Amino acid sequence: MRAAVIQFPGSNCDRDMAVALNKFCSEKKPAQMVWHKESGLPKNLDLVAIPGGFSFGDYLRCGAIAARSPIMHAVIDFAKKGGFVLGVCNGFQVLTESGLLPGALMRNSNLKFVCKNIKLNVETSSSNFTSCYSKNEIIDTPIAHHDGNYNADQNTLDELKNEDRIAFSYVNNPNGSMNNIAGILSNNRRVLGMMPHPERLNDPMLGGLDGNRLFQSLSESLVTS
Amino acid sequence: MKVRVNVTLKPGVLDPQGAAVRHSLGALGFDGVNKVRQGKVIELDLNQNDPEKAKSQVENMCEKLLANTVIENYSVEIL
Repeated sequence: MRAAVIQFPGSNCDRDMAVALNKFCSEKKPAQMVWHKESGLPKNLDLVAIPGGFSFGDYLRCGAIAARSPIMHAVIDFAKKGGFVLGVCNGFQVLTESGLLPGALMRNSNLKFVCKNIKLNVETSSSNFTSCYSKNEIIDTPIAHHDGNYNADQNTLDELKNEDRIAFSYVNNPNGSMNNIAGILSNNRRVLGMMPHPERLNDPMLGGLDGNRLFQSLSESLVTS
Repeated sequence: MKVRVNVTLKPGVLDPQGAAVRHSLGALGFDGVNKVRQGKVIELDLNQNDPEKAKSQVENMCEKLLANTVIENYSVEIL
């Protein structure tokens, strides 16, 4: 897999993301870090990852300023051409702010920053991000966010449900998200945004491998496609 | 020319911060507050001196950055 990780001022899960990706990248071509002021992406990429953190200090709205960074024009273009894009936590917020995914992430309904390990339900295994899970499997993942409360109008929620585009849902909703949504897919199922951090659970020494299977799914789908 | 933008949550969008403020007002003894909705105010100082043009320029800014029209409404006021 050839991958790039976008770095904004305030990103703080960028290197964790690169470590998780590098398990599936060749040693000669590890994940490349791309600064937000770049206007283009490296050539021949399979995946662009937008990491967690607090880009631009969460000013205005979480992810709002990052979504208008120069590099995002290239990321939107890449996604429109069918490239894979993964946004985790602040990365999910950037994806909704940039219009690559529908809806918005609002302040958690209990107004608290939640940082803990939680259970997720895998809502679909029919995507290149989730093929190594089984549908309705319960997996572990860490969450750490203040603004993960997914909000969308009823039409969007119906569309997500009917098109099998909810990737993950919370078993016990920690933030007030509508329909317990933790992660959603784009129309073409090649853009995934999720609040939980799969890159933080990719090694037995970190407590498990449940997050690793997301990257494994992508890697396997790229080999077979 | 100075312009003020008011950004508010759309009706129907749950506002947990507003609800917390309402609760706190109640705890301070301010009775009869049925609802609180929290928003933001953004003030801009523009080179543009034509109010019509300034308004349409700022509306464009709202659509592109200042408001998230998925969950927020905005209004533009020339000062």
